[in-house]
Amino acid sequence: MARVVVDVMLKPEIHDPQGEAIASACRRLGFGQILGVRQGKRFELEIGGSADDAVMARIAELAAELLANPVIEEFEIRAP
Amino acid sequence: MTTRVGVITFPGSLDDKDAARAVRRAGGEAVPLWHADRDLHGVDAVILPGGFSYGDYLRCGAIARFAPVMTELVPAARAGLPVLGICNGFQILCEAHLLPGALTRNSGLRFVSKDVRLRMESTATPWTRQFAAGQEITVVLKSGEGAYMAGPVTLAELGARGLVVARYAGANPNGSAAGIAGICNEAGNVVGLMPHPEHAIDALTGPSADGLGFFASVLLAAERT
Repeated sequence: MARVVVDVMLKPEIHDPQGEAIASACRRLGFGQILGVRQGKRFELEIGGSADDAVMARIAELAAELLANPVIEEFEIRAP
Repeated sequence: MTTRVGVITFPGSLDDKDAARAVRRAGGEAVPLWHADRDLHGVDAVILPGGFSYGDYLRCGAIARFAPVMTELVPAARAGLPVLGICNGFQILCEAHLLPGALTRNSGLRFVSKDVRLRMESTATPWTRQFAAGQEITVVLKSGEGAYMAGPVTLAELGARGLVVARYAGANPNGSAAGIAGICNEAGNVVGLMPHPEHAIDALTGPSADGLGFFASVLLAAERT
């Protein structure tokens, strides 16, 4: 069994009002050095068998089709 | 023959009953369609109603896009069937790539629920032909992820090709790019609208009866074909 992690983030040019709200809460808590926050999603996939190149390529298809919306988001895949 | 307009119910749809009532009020026959049924039952047009399909899990509309009924709807829409997505239905149409762009969280973070004025910009679609270009109407906006976003190239194309169906006439309520409230595809048959015309069909229960024009338009469109 293997585990594959897919991180999904809004593209840099897409406005992230949640991240901005979190950043302002950070500053209220005294973390004035935090200038910006971007919020994303992390998916942990349990894979039967090993995470070989073919499996990782299939997961890349899945990420582009379902886990992320490529119109507004980008993703990274890794097998830690 | 009475025009038959299908209304799809997904798990978590809320406004399917109001959409069906709006179709009947306009003089059509509302046909309930079920998310798990791979069959459009020969309807003349389809409405994807508002709500929170699949609890808005993952992204709004991201899971509904893969519902069995969508395997029938997507090719039918590409072949010219009039399809209207309202609110969550608009989100589903974007996720299904029947419309460009995406709906993202309101810029003010709050869920917005209020009457809004829209300026109708395209009357060339089967859902808007009863309106006059530039006409202002009042309908209901109620959404948390209603900010329309698209890349600069797509936004420029939407404007240049007359694919923006409606814009917010007053202050931008949710941060939508270029104040966009609704768009259509290149052929015009697929329309997505963030505010709710089905909640504005009678001055007794809504802010106006302006929304009825969308449903009356599609009946007119079906009669002509």
